[in-house]
Amino acid sequence: MEQLLKTIFENDLFVYVLMAVVPLMWVLPYALFAVWLERKVSAHMQDRLGPMRTGGWHGWAQTIADILKLIQKEDIVPKAADRKLHFLAPFVVFIGSYAAFAAIPFSSAYIGSNINIGLFYIIAVSSLVVVGILMAGWSSNNKWSLLGAMRSAAQIVSYEIPTALALLSIVMIAGTLDLQEINHMQTGWFWNWYLFKKFPFVFIAFVIYSVASLAETNRTPFDIPEAESELVAGYHTEYSGMKFALFFLAEYANMFAVSAIGATLFLGGWNSPFGNFMSGPLWGVFWFLSKGMFFVFVQMWLRWTLPRLRVDQLMYVSWKVLTPWAFACILGVGFWTML
Amino acid sequence: MNFYDTIFYFFAFVTLVSAAIVVFSKNIIYSAFSLLFTFFGVAGIYVLLNADFIAVAQLLIYVGGILVLLLFGVMLTNKVVSVEMKTGTLQTIPASIIVAMTAGALCGVFYMTDWKIVRSVPQMTTTANSLGEMFMTTYLLPFEVASVVLLVALVGAAMIARRDRAIQNLKPKI
Repeated sequence: MEQLLKTIFENDLFVYVLMAVVPLMWVLPYALFAVWLERKVSAHMQDRLGPMRTGGWHGWAQTIADILKLIQKEDIVPKAADRKLHFLAPFVVFIGSYAAFAAIPFSSAYIGSNINIGLFYIIAVSSLVVVGILMAGWSSNNKWSLLGAMRSAAQIVSYEIPTALALLSIVMIAGTLDLQEINHMQTGWFWNWYLFKKFPFVFIAFVIYSVASLAETNRTPFDIPEAESELVAGYHTEYSGMKFALFFLAEYANMFAVSAIGATLFLGGWNSPFGNFMSGPLWGVFWFLSKGMFFVFVQMWLRWTLPRLRVDQLMYVSWKVLTPWAFACILGVGFWTML
Repeated sequence: MNFYDTIFYFFAFVTLVSAAIVVFSKNIIYSAFSLLFTFFGVAGIYVLLNADFIAVAQLLIYVGGILVLLLFGVMLTNKVVSVEMKTGTLQTIPASIIVAMTAGALCGVFYMTDWKIVRSVPQMTTTANSLGEMFMTTYLLPFEVASVVLLVALVGAAMIARRDRAIQNLKPKI
């Protein structure tokens, strides 16, 4: 796609900007849709209807109305806040979650940057989000914000370890960090997906990754950073208007990013599940997005099903359950690969 | 000035300005946060030097590990315990002597090294593979020694954190 665009436009810089903006064209409408979906899913799980009026059919325009409202809102900065860092924090958080999209393969024809260490890059840039969250929590000069930021940072840092270890077992099978190549290796019918290889090690790694990625996105049952019954809203308590919207957008972008990585590594990414049936670059986009959206739906489903964990339970799950099992998976996959 | 030069100067500018803030800022939180941009700039320069693996490792280790740890420490002492933390100017003369010596040594190294200038950079191939192979063959011993050092640091940290309980256990129970 990059080559094609270069021959059409004959301007490298323009093509690079275009390549960088393509994921945003997906993330923005997706976030609007996902917020609406979240409210509908939660409503139906609780035997309610959720938004029904705005726009007509099942309140489809509710989030569009919400975002219009947020744009018009006054941007309130607390008097005692550190203005510079308070301003900067939402941008750092959003940049951190959007940077991951640079290496996510949307289709066999499109990937933002086809670097051969894509997976490693994604794991690394996700740590930018932590710094942004700490910045937001500290600069707000608010107890709840600070506590939320502390909890969030502790949680993300600890859950990065089982996530990375679970992904490592896939890297050991594939022998590459290039996400596009990992996709190519899973071509064919759905039993070629890594999820069904080296049973049960990869399957366990997949479960570990799903649990840990939930914690990485600060979602229930791991939402103690913004536990509304204890901390009001956690690190973004003191944000209003568009800055609050940016935090929200970053959270939903992050949800899709972790889902996309899960879909790429375990479920074949843009590969069709039925061999050559409905496969090709454009169908690839369809399969990739539907796999990603399925995981996003699962995250919502879990959010409205499970209660929140306590802080000590959270650390217990990460260090004493997920990490040892992830190590066991690596060992198992390693021995199996050598045999 | 072509495209790559622009990017290089951008990253160099980011690195230098944020590093200056790290050093000169009186507010320790600003110093800690501007380290983020320093690391980011250095990572960008690594990418321009075709060292993509090192760039990403830099982000992962320095931003994800060290910077977060640093911020944690600064925040816990600064806001939660309400200790005033300020950076001040102390020991001016010994500091300037050491800085002059370090700068001299660095300049010496810079001017005496026979820099290899490559006009056309070859297209990036897989760096991760060759690095991994080197770690397992040529540089196996340093690699293992580094991992043992890290393990020792980990055990030491755990020992320090749990010392109170250990001392309590040592006391004779009456």
